Amino acid sequence: MVRIIPRLDIKGPNVVKGIQFDGNRVLGTPDALAEIYYREGADELIFYDTVASLYRRNSLLEYIRKTAAKIFIPMTVAGGIRSVEDIREILRAGADKVAINTAAIENPNLLKEAAQIFGSQCIVASIEFYQTTHGGYEVWTDYGRQPTGIDAFDWARRAVDLGAGEILLTSIRRDGMGNGFDVDFTSKVAKAVPVPVIAGGGAGKKEDFLSVIAQGAADAVSAASVFHYYYATAPGDNRRWMSFDESRLRMGEDIDSGNIDFLKDGYGGYKNIMVNHVGLPELKNYLDECGVPVRGLAYAKR
Amino acid sequence: MPNAKSPDAVIIDYGVGNLFNVQRALDLLGASSVISGKPEDILSAKKLILPGVGAFEAGMRYLNERGLVSAIRKRAAEGCPVLGICLGMQLLMTHSEEGGSHDGLNLIAGKVRRFQAPNNGQSYKIPQIGWNRLTLASKGGNWRDTLLNGLDEAPCMYFVHSYCVYPESAQAWLAQTEYGQDRFCSVLLQDNIQGCQFHPERSGEMGLRILKNFISKK
Repeated sequence: MVRIIPRLDIKGPNVVKGIQFDGNRVLGTPDALAEIYYREGADELIFYDTVASLYRRNSLLEYIRKTAAKIFIPMTVAGGIRSVEDIREILRAGADKVAINTAAIENPNLLKEAAQIFGSQCIVASIEFYQTTHGGYEVWTDYGRQPTGIDAFDWARRAVDLGAGEILLTSIRRDGMGNGFDVDFTSKVAKAVPVPVIAGGGAGKKEDFLSVIAQGAADAVSAASVFHYYYATAPGDNRRWMSFDESRLRMGEDIDSGNIDFLKDGYGGYKNIMVNHVGLPELKNYLDECGVPVRGLAYAKR
Repeated sequence: MPNAKSPDAVIIDYGVGNLFNVQRALDLLGASSVISGKPEDILSAKKLILPGVGAFEAGMRYLNERGLVSAIRKRAAEGCPVLGICLGMQLLMTHSEEGGSHDGLNLIAGKVRRFQAPNNGQSYKIPQIGWNRLTLASKGGNWRDTLLNGLDEAPCMYFVHSYCVYPESAQAWLAQTEYGQDRFCSVLLQDNIQGCQFHPERSGEMGLRILKNFISKK
């Protein structure tokens, strides 16, 4: 079955979302959003500490612990993971996997060592890339700040050889834009490596999920805006999931972070951005109707 | 034997895997548990959970070195309910072909074999990572009064594995799952010995129901 994985970008105490790894806006608290997605049928969650690689440390332990006591689906933690000790701490806090980008580029042996100690199943190689002007794909590190000159396709294969059990592919240029995934590159990687590939960056409507699964051969799909803004703004029943106040688009505590203005003004003036928000049940029904095997939405009542 | 102070379950610590999420799930369900690698805790357990992620050989070696193999076998023979999860389920078997050829706890007669590699034109990945369906393993059977009591038909669970369990006795197959070219035993049940190839502690509300069934069954 193809997995649908909401991705929570986290900065300080908040879930944020930006465009092309920049201009992050606050959306809510990590544990509140995680619980909504769990109830709505997310197959896994990714927690991404957005500033961690810049500060060289991951600060999500507290949220992972809090979330792990309430939700019981796999959780992957990304951002600023630099050592076997970091990984051990994050797994102990309740995460199932860690996704590593910057530190693995600086020290590829980290993937190997980590896979030997914890098993490949919990080591995800996170590959964040830009398409180059020559039609190639280049790995960038440090939360989309640092070009490396490394070919993303070659790195994907090498990361698997080193011990990565999954590949998380994120197009930086498509992040937050809603113009669809990089289907070609996803397909190229997914067909070349023996481990699952998670496609990320660019989800703007449910049809995008279908194409990256059907044509892109993605084993799983991660997305953020398309879900976050659905649960923040959808009318009717879905509203009940959030203690959401139009003047203060943040769950839990009161903060006005300008998200509503951002939405009302057509995504802050980015006129070329079109995100058709979709809820998890609606997306899964759609994929199911299109013949994509997905996890059903019925679950036992507690 | 258990005494008044014994927790509801002992989660066996054998140096691999994430034991804490199993314990967190039990906490949520209101069941007391300890994580322990001591033979005396195993011998006095009300219920035993053998979790696990990792390699078969390393798991068995650790259990042997700590004297846990005989403790688990003894307590199981006394009728203590045992639940193996993922690698823990595989360790219950006679034998595994992972990384050579290795003996298991032999609480259930049967083998552990790797998924068949995709043929030309097939595109599934090994390990299987993700959700998959459980179905009834035998015609006319049912899940009443078992680990799977109260679950929907064909529930989805979260799997992470390259090797699969094949009990010899057809009666020990409580549920089966298909992946690639294989149909394997995803839940086994033989007397007091039970196992899940998937992670109930990672399978949402359906998975929690399985743990609840295990804990609440007399």
